[in-house]
Amino acid sequence: MSRLRARSWLFAGSIACAFLLQLMPLPPLVEPFKPYWIGLVLVYWAIETPERVGLGFAFLLGVAADLLVGELLGEQALRLLVIAFIVLRFRARLRFFPVWQQSLALLALLLNDRIVMLMARGFSGEPMPPVSFWFAPLTGTLAWPFVFLLFDDLRARLRAHE
Amino acid sequence: MRTDNATTLFAEGAVSTLRLIVYLACAIGLMVLDHRGNYLESVRRAGGLLIEPVYRLAALPANLARATRTAVATQDQLASENRALREQLLFAQARLNRLDALVAQNARLKALLDAQKNLGLTVQFARLIDVDLDPYRHRIVLDVGASQGIEVGQPVIDAQGVMGQVVEVLPNSSIAMLITDATHAIPVVVERTGLRTIAYGSGAIDELQLPTIPISADVKVGDRLLTSGLGGRFPAGFPVGEVRQVGQDKSGMFIAAVARPAAALDRSSEVLLLRDQPQPYGPPAPQDEVGPPAELAGPAADAAAPARAPTP
Repeated sequence: MSRLRARSWLFAGSIACAFLLQLMPLPPLVEPFKPYWIGLVLVYWAIETPERVGLGFAFLLGVAADLLVGELLGEQALRLLVIAFIVLRFRARLRFFPVWQQSLALLALLLNDRIVMLMARGFSGEPMPPVSFWFAPLTGTLAWPFVFLLFDDLRARLRAHE
Repeated sequence: MRTDNATTLFAEGAVSTLRLIVYLACAIGLMVLDHRGNYLESVRRAGGLLIEPVYRLAALPANLARATRTAVATQDQLASENRALREQLLFAQARLNRLDALVAQNARLKALLDAQKNLGLTVQFARLIDVDLDPYRHRIVLDVGASQGIEVGQPVIDAQGVMGQVVEVLPNSSIAMLITDATHAIPVVVERTGLRTIAYGSGAIDELQLPTIPISADVKVGDRLLTSGLGGRFPAGFPVGEVRQVGQDKSGMFIAAVARPAAALDRSSEVLLLRDQPQPYGPPAPQDEVGPPAELAGPAADAAAPARAPTP
C-alpha cells in the first residue's frame, strides 16, 4: 500500500518538478535551449505506466500547463495530446529500444511537437519565430537519457525498499 | 505489466484514434474559443490564488542565486560598484537639478499658454518575479497586482526607457508585455527630426523594427526614438531606443530601420509602473456641445436648418 503511495508521490512530484523547471528562468543566452520538460516527463510516464497516463491525462496536463505558462488556452493541451498519442501508439517498441535509440525517437517526437506548436501559433496569427525556436528539441534529446535513467533509478529504489 | 494477448506491436487497443479525435477537437475548440474571447485571462485571474504561489516558487532559485552572488561578492567588487553607483547618482542629481529649472520654466510657459493639464508623473515601484513564461513571447511577471491598484494598460518603464505595458492583472501579480514582443507596436518620434513612426517588436530581445519610414525621411544611425504619445497608451517623451541600422525594405517603398531598445529589457529586475495614463483608452470622449440652451437656441436652429439644407 505504501509502495503505491510512494509511487504516486514520485509521479506527482515529477510533474510538479517539470512545471517548475519549465517556469524557471535561464540566462538569455541559453534560454532557447530549454527543453520541453513537461513533454519529457509525460513521455516517460506514458512509456512506463500507460495505465495511468492516457489521452485524457495528457489533455488535462496540457490545460494546466496553459493556465500556468501558456498564452492560448488549449495550445499545450494539443501538443501534449499529440505526444501522448504517438508514444502510446508505439509504446511496445519504444520500451525496448536502447536509450540512444529512444533519444533519436524523441528527437523526431519533439521536432514534430514544434511543428504542431508552429501550426497552432500560425493559425492564431502570430509571426514566424526565430531560428532558435528549433534548438530546444536538440537539448530535449540530450536531456532524455538523464531523465530516463534518473526516473528508472528512483523507481528501482522504491521497489528495492519493499 | 499488460498481460492480455491483444497487445500487439502497434498496441491498437491501448489508444483508439476515436478518442484522439475527440480530445483533439476539444483542444482545438478551446483554442478557438480562447482566441475569440480571451477567456484564459479571466480563468487565470480566477485561479490567481493557485497560480501566483507557483510563480513565486519557480522564481525562488533565481532569487537565491542572485542573493548568493551578492553575499559572496568581494569587498572590492562591492566597493567599485558602490563607487560607480555614486557617480551615477551624482550625474542623475546634476541632471535633475537642471531638469528642475526646466520644469519651473515649463510651468511658467504653460501658465502663460493656459494649459490645463500638467505632466505630473506618479509611478509605482515593482519587482520582477523571475519566471519565464515563454521564450518566444516577451512577457515579464511583476510582483504587484490588482490589490495594489494595477490596471491593464499601464506603461512599464525602467531607468533607461520604456519597457512595455501591463497586459494581464492577477490579484497580487501582473503580466507585462515587452516592447520587443513580436505582437507589440509602439508609436515613436525621432528626437532629431520629429518624424513620427511606429516601432514594432521583433521577437528578439535587443531589436525593434521600424519598417514603414517614408523613403524621403531623414533617419540616421544613432537617432534616438522617443514615445510620441499618440495612441494614448504611452505618455510622450520617454526614450524607446536608438536607431542601429538603416536600410531599404524589400519593396523599396520604405526605409526600414532597426533600433535597439533603450531599456534594459533582459536585465532590469526593478521597474516603475506609470500611474496616470494620458488618456485611459482610445480617443478622448466627445465634448459636450457648447452653446446657448436648447430652448433658447430652438427657433434660431430651426430657422437655420432649412437655409443650410439646399446647399450641396
